[in-house]
Amino acid sequence: MLQLVIRRLLGAMLILLGVAAITFLLLFMLPADPAVQLAGRSATAQTVANIRHELGLDRPLIYQFLSYLGHLATGDLGRSYTQKTGVTTLIMARLPATLVLMAAGIVIEVTLGLVLGIVAAINRGGMIDRGVMMLSFVGVSAPQFVVALFLLYVFAATLGWFPMSGFGSLGHVVLPATTLGVLGAGWYARMVRSAMIDVLNQDYVRTARAKGVSEVRVILRHAVPNALLPIIAMIGIDIGQFMSGVVVVEAVYGWPGIGQLAWQAIQQVDIPIIMGVTLISALAIVAGNLVADLAAPFIDPRIRAR
Amino acid sequence: MRTKWIKRAALAGFLALSPLAAHAAGDQVTVTYKDDIATLDPAIGYDWQNWSMIKSLYSRLMDYTPGTANLVPSLAESFTVAPDGLTYTFKLRSGVKFSNGREVVAGDVKYSIERAVNPKTQGPGAGFFGAIAGFDDLSGGKADGLAGIETPDAHTVIFKLSRPDATFLHVLAINFSSVVPKEAVDAAGGDFGKKPVGSGAFTLKEWVIGQRLVFEKNASYYLKDTPRIDGFTVEIGQEPLVALLRLQKGEVDIAGDGIPPAKFLEIKNGPDAADLIVDGEQLQTGYITLNTRIKPLDNVKVRQALNYAIDKDRIVKIVNGRATPANQPLPPLMPGHDANYKGYAYDVAKAKALLAEAGLPKGFSTVLYASSTDPNPRIAQALQKDFAAIGVKVEIKAIANANVIAAGGTEGQAPMIWSGGMAWIADFPDPSNFYGPILGCSGATQGGWNWSWYCNKEIDKRAVAADSMSDPAQKDARAKAWGGIFTDIMEEAPWVPVFHERRVVAKSKRMGGPGEIYIDPTRVINYDAIFVKH
Repeated sequence: MLQLVIRRLLGAMLILLGVAAITFLLLFMLPADPAVQLAGRSATAQTVANIRHELGLDRPLIYQFLSYLGHLATGDLGRSYTQKTGVTTLIMARLPATLVLMAAGIVIEVTLGLVLGIVAAINRGGMIDRGVMMLSFVGVSAPQFVVALFLLYVFAATLGWFPMSGFGSLGHVVLPATTLGVLGAGWYARMVRSAMIDVLNQDYVRTARAKGVSEVRVILRHAVPNALLPIIAMIGIDIGQFMSGVVVVEAVYGWPGIGQLAWQAIQQVDIPIIMGVTLISALAIVAGNLVADLAAPFIDPRIRAR
Repeated sequence: MRTKWIKRAALAGFLALSPLAAHAAGDQVTVTYKDDIATLDPAIGYDWQNWSMIKSLYSRLMDYTPGTANLVPSLAESFTVAPDGLTYTFKLRSGVKFSNGREVVAGDVKYSIERAVNPKTQGPGAGFFGAIAGFDDLSGGKADGLAGIETPDAHTVIFKLSRPDATFLHVLAINFSSVVPKEAVDAAGGDFGKKPVGSGAFTLKEWVIGQRLVFEKNASYYLKDTPRIDGFTVEIGQEPLVALLRLQKGEVDIAGDGIPPAKFLEIKNGPDAADLIVDGEQLQTGYITLNTRIKPLDNVKVRQALNYAIDKDRIVKIVNGRATPANQPLPPLMPGHDANYKGYAYDVAKAKALLAEAGLPKGFSTVLYASSTDPNPRIAQALQKDFAAIGVKVEIKAIANANVIAAGGTEGQAPMIWSGGMAWIADFPDPSNFYGPILGCSGATQGGWNWSWYCNKEIDKRAVAADSMSDPAQKDARAKAWGGIFTDIMEEAPWVPVFHERRVVAKSKRMGGPGEIYIDPTRVINYDAIFVKH
C-alpha cells in the first residue's frame, strides 16, 4: 500500500515536471512578447529592454526554465507580470471559490446521475427509461458553454429563479454547478442504469425478492450499493474533467475562481499565472486519480483481496 | 499556512451561503466590470479600467478641470516656468495628507517620479519623463535618482529639463506622476498595487480579489466639495449583458464595459435612453496602418488609392453609429485638428486610377491583421469588401491583441493592421501624443507601435520644433504647427484614418451630472465629480 503511494507520488512529480516543461516551451513559442505587452503602447525601446531584463526574459530559455523550476521546488510560483502580486497569493485567493464550485458540481452530478439511473433501470425499456437515456445523451454531448448559456437564459433571464452571475449566496452556485454537473450526470445515469440492470438480475437479488423483502428495500439495500462502486472510482477522474470545464463555466457566470484568473492571464500573456494555474490543475488531476485508486480497495473488498 | 488556507476555504463556503454584507451608509455607487482590476499601483497601471481608479486614489502636481482638457494646478498650489522653458518650479499645498496620516512633502514627488522611471519598477510610463535631466542615467541603470528634480524645501519642487518639452505639464498630470509614500511602497513588499496609499479623493477600503473593490471618500481631501459621493464599489466578473440588466433594475449604477452591440439599438430606442446612455467624444482614432516598408505599399500612390477605397460611413454603421468618420490622425477634440482638411473622400474610380498609375491596374493581394474581439473582425470584413472593389484581395488575420501588436512591431511582417481595440487613444490631450510612438521615427523599431514603419526625418524635426514651443503664449501657434504636421503626413498616406470612436457608458437614472464626467477626456469615469441625484 505504502509502496503504491510512493510510486504514484513519484510518477506524479514526473508528470508535473513534464507539464511544466511543455507549458513553458509553448508559452515561449508564442509570437506575443510579454515585455512588449507589459511596456504598453507608450513605451520606448529602452523601457521594453529594461522590462525584459528585469523579468529575466533576456536570458537563455534553458536558464529561465531551470530558474523557474528552482523557485517551484521551494513552492514559489513567481510573480504575475501584470499585477506584480505573487501567483501563489492570487491562486490561493481564488482556489476556494473553484473548490466550492467543484464540490457542488460533484454533488449535483452524483445525485442526478444516481436518481436518473435508478429510475431508468427500474423502468427498463419503458418511456421513462428512453426519455432519461435521451436526456443523458444530450447532457454528455452538449458543449459546456452551450449548456451554460441555455441554463442562464431559461432559469436566470427568463424565469428569474437564480441570479445571472456573481458569487456570494447559495443561489449563485446552482447554475454554474449544474452546468459542470450535467456532463457527469449523463455518464453516471448510463453507468448506474447498466450496473443496476446487471445487479437486479443477480441471484442474491432474486433470493432477496423470494424471501419477501419489499421492492424498495431490494433496490436501496441490495442493488444500489453495488451499482455505486464504479461511480466512486469515477469521481476522482472527474476532477480532471472539471478542471477543464471551470475555465468556460467561470468565464460565463463570472465565478471568481482560478478558471477566470487563467482566462484573463491568457489574454495578457501573463506567463507566471498561466504556468501556475496549469500546474495546479495538473496537480488536482493527478491527486484526483491517486485518491480514486487508493479509495477503491476500501470501497470494494474484492480489490483489497487481490 | 495550511490552517490559514482551510480557514479561507471555510470562509468562501460561508460566503457562498450568506447574502452579501450590508453596504455603508450615504451615497454609495456600484460599478461593474467583467475583467479583474490588474493593479492600482500608479507606476504600473495602464489600462482603461484602472486608469480612472488610480486618478481618484492619488493626487498629482497638475490635474484637469473635470470633463475638460484644461490643465490646473492640483497638489501644486502654484507654479512658474522659466523663459527658456527648461526650469519648472512648483509650490506644494501644505497640510495635504496621505491616507496613512503623513503629510505629503516635496521629497515624495521626487521619489514617486524616480520610482516610475526606475527600471526595477518595470513601469510602462518611464518614457514620458524623458525630458527631465538625468533621465538617461536612471533609465540606463547608471544612477539611482533623477538629477533634474530638486527639493530645496518641503514644499518646493524644481524640475530641470534637458530639452524644452511643451507637454511637460500634461506629463505631470498623468497617472505615472501620482505621488506615493515611500514607506508604504516598501511595506507592501512589491505588492503596492494591491495595497495602495495615496492622497486622492478616495481611499481603498477593501479588495476581495476577483470579486470587488470598495472605495471610500477621503473626508480630508484638499479640494472643496470633492468627491460628491461617499464611496463606490467596483464589482468584478460581471458579463456586460448581465450588468446591463442589473442596471435597468437599479442594482448597478455604472456598467463599466458599456452596452454590448447586440443590445445597443434596443436600449437606444427604449423609453429611458436619455437617462441611461452617455455617449461622448473621446480622444481616439481607429485607423489602418499601411506598412511603408512592404511592397507594393511602399508606393505612395498605392497607399493613396487604398485611402480613397474605404466607405467610412458604412464602417461607422457597423459600430451602430458610435463613431465619427475620420480623415486625419487627430480626433476633433484634440488641439491641432484641422476641421477644414478634406482628406481622401470615398472615390472608387479615383482609387482604381491611382492603382493603374502605380502599375497595378489589376490590383494585388495582401494581408490585414485585426484584433479578434468584436466588432473588429466585422470591421475588417467590411474593409476587405471595400478593398476588393478596387481589385485588392485582402486576407484577414483576426488574432489576439498581443499577437497583432507583436506582428506590427516586427519589421516586414504585417502589411496592414486595423488598429481597433488596440490603438490609439491619447494619454493626454496634446497632439504630440499622436505622433512619437505611432508615426514618428522613434516608434518604427522592433516592438514599437509605429506599425506603418513610416519615418520622415523632416517631419521628425518639425515635431521636435513644435514641442520646444513651451511658452503658454505660443499655445495656438504650437497647435497650428502640429496640425500642419499631421495633414502633411496624410499626403504620404501611411494610414487610412477610418473613424473616431465615441465611448458609450450606461448609467442608472439616479446618477447626475453631464456626460463629460462619465466619459472624461483624461479619466474615462471621473469618480471625483459624479454624483447621485436627490
